[in-house]
Amino acid sequence: MANLKVKLPGLEMKNPVIPASGTFGFGYEFTKFYDINILGSIMLKGTTLEPRYGNPLPRIAEGPSGMLNAIGLQNPGVDAVMNEELEKLRPHFSDKVIANIGGSAVEDYVETAKRISSHDMVGALELNISCPNVHSGGIQFGTNPQMAAEVTRKVKEVSQKPVYVKLSPNVTDIVEMAKAVEEAGADGISMINTLVGMRFNLKTGKPIIANGTGGYSGPAIFPVALRMVHQVSKAVSIPVIGMGGISCGKDVIEMMIAGASAVAIGCQNLIDPYACKTIIEDLNTELDKMGIKDINDIVGLSHQS
Amino acid sequence: MANFQGLMEITKIDNLADDVYEMTLKGDGAKYISQSGQFINIKINDSLQPYLRRPMSISDYDENTIVIVFKVVGLGTEILKNKAIGDKLDCLIGLGNGFTVKKGKALLIGGGLGTPPLYNLGKKLKAQGVEVTTVLGFGSKKDIFYEDKFKEFGDVYIATMDGSVGIKGTVIDVIQQLNLTFENYYTCGPEPMLDALALNYPENGQLSFEARMGCGFGACMGCSCKVKTKPYKRICVEGPILLSDEVIVNG
Repeated sequence: MANLKVKLPGLEMKNPVIPASGTFGFGYEFTKFYDINILGSIMLKGTTLEPRYGNPLPRIAEGPSGMLNAIGLQNPGVDAVMNEELEKLRPHFSDKVIANIGGSAVEDYVETAKRISSHDMVGALELNISCPNVHSGGIQFGTNPQMAAEVTRKVKEVSQKPVYVKLSPNVTDIVEMAKAVEEAGADGISMINTLVGMRFNLKTGKPIIANGTGGYSGPAIFPVALRMVHQVSKAVSIPVIGMGGISCGKDVIEMMIAGASAVAIGCQNLIDPYACKTIIEDLNTELDKMGIKDINDIVGLSHQS
Repeated sequence: MANFQGLMEITKIDNLADDVYEMTLKGDGAKYISQSGQFINIKINDSLQPYLRRPMSISDYDENTIVIVFKVVGLGTEILKNKAIGDKLDCLIGLGNGFTVKKGKALLIGGGLGTPPLYNLGKKLKAQGVEVTTVLGFGSKKDIFYEDKFKEFGDVYIATMDGSVGIKGTVIDVIQQLNLTFENYYTCGPEPMLDALALNYPENGQLSFEARMGCGFGACMGCSCKVKTKPYKRICVEGPILLSDEVIVNG
């Protein structure tokens, strides 16, 4: 059995597998299916300063090997997340979680970060500057390097925990974005968020999703995520948590070879509630088959030569 | 509230009406259903196409059996229709809150493919000695199914939009023209019908909603709707049944 332990800023994980934000709620829903203590960490549902209902329905559509979503950061607000949701999770998960935070203005991110980074269960923050589904906020920080750097710097000033910045693939040059947030003090990068897409109703000619556009994720985007993780991990010296369409143990290995130090599983949790559990078991088997003793040995293997 | 994921074997497929099929599934997973009105979420096949599961209401069940009814409307249901007896389906079972059986004269109101989940409920009401009347609304004669099954519980009245059978119009036209009386009503159907019912009968109603879902078990927030009693309810966990006095019409 290979060593699966990985160590990232703020996170000492028993394995590199983390359910991605927005596909795992606040974790406890999955205790109906398995003991979630097997997970490396958990990326919590995106949290904002005030409660948000999110977008009108329908919020979900489907495409080849993937899905579009436009939830719109529905969450009960940072105080309820800290006092209620995390308390519901506490009896089920003993390692540190990653709090994903969103906002409409720099001040929202700063205040949310200040509060939630003080929570004892939170090991790190994930700054969502890449949500494509809210009209005011999020994405503009994720598509402009100066704004991304500014929000990163201000959050770093107040956060008691390491800060990962979640990057959007909907940019011309993702390496430029990564370098900007690294220079602004980010402790790590998580990537990629969803790709902006649309589906239309053939009869009405209108978009299926009420918001018009949504974020595309699932196995269909896996090669795009690999390419971007490869490019970014080569260009920065902070760790990258790789995500985008991972659905089995071999995908985890490939993402780590591309340059990820840990991985997040998104969509697959929705299709198969046991996905993370299966992937962790699968990862073990695949590493043994490959004769790899320590998973850390494969990180960034693609950078050689 | 336990959920189950596992395989169920197809033992029967019947064509009930135009593009409408009834499918019987056998397996241990059926034990996880605790209430009429709950639903199952089916992975149509092992491939990535279609990618998402398909939520389906349950028309009847026992310890080892689940019966679903679906209409062929797209890729997923087209594949489902063509499955063979003996094929196995990966199902998530025990999803949603389900109807609460109440004493007092019951009116079951089904709209099209919303009709099935009321069938098992009717059985439960009848078993408790509740007086049951049913109103079913369909587009046209070719769409009608389950009329005879509901006659097991009491009177059944039909509405069709084109007037080919029963009263021409909606289920509400039937209730009003025939002056049907009831203490509680239970309904499932298209959203405009549910909205109209909640507006006309804001008390003592249990309404089953449908929504496009990412997961079906509360993780993705894809199906959350606003209600009067809370900031939101997830149709898949706190629903699909909402109470008439908490529904926000057109919400």
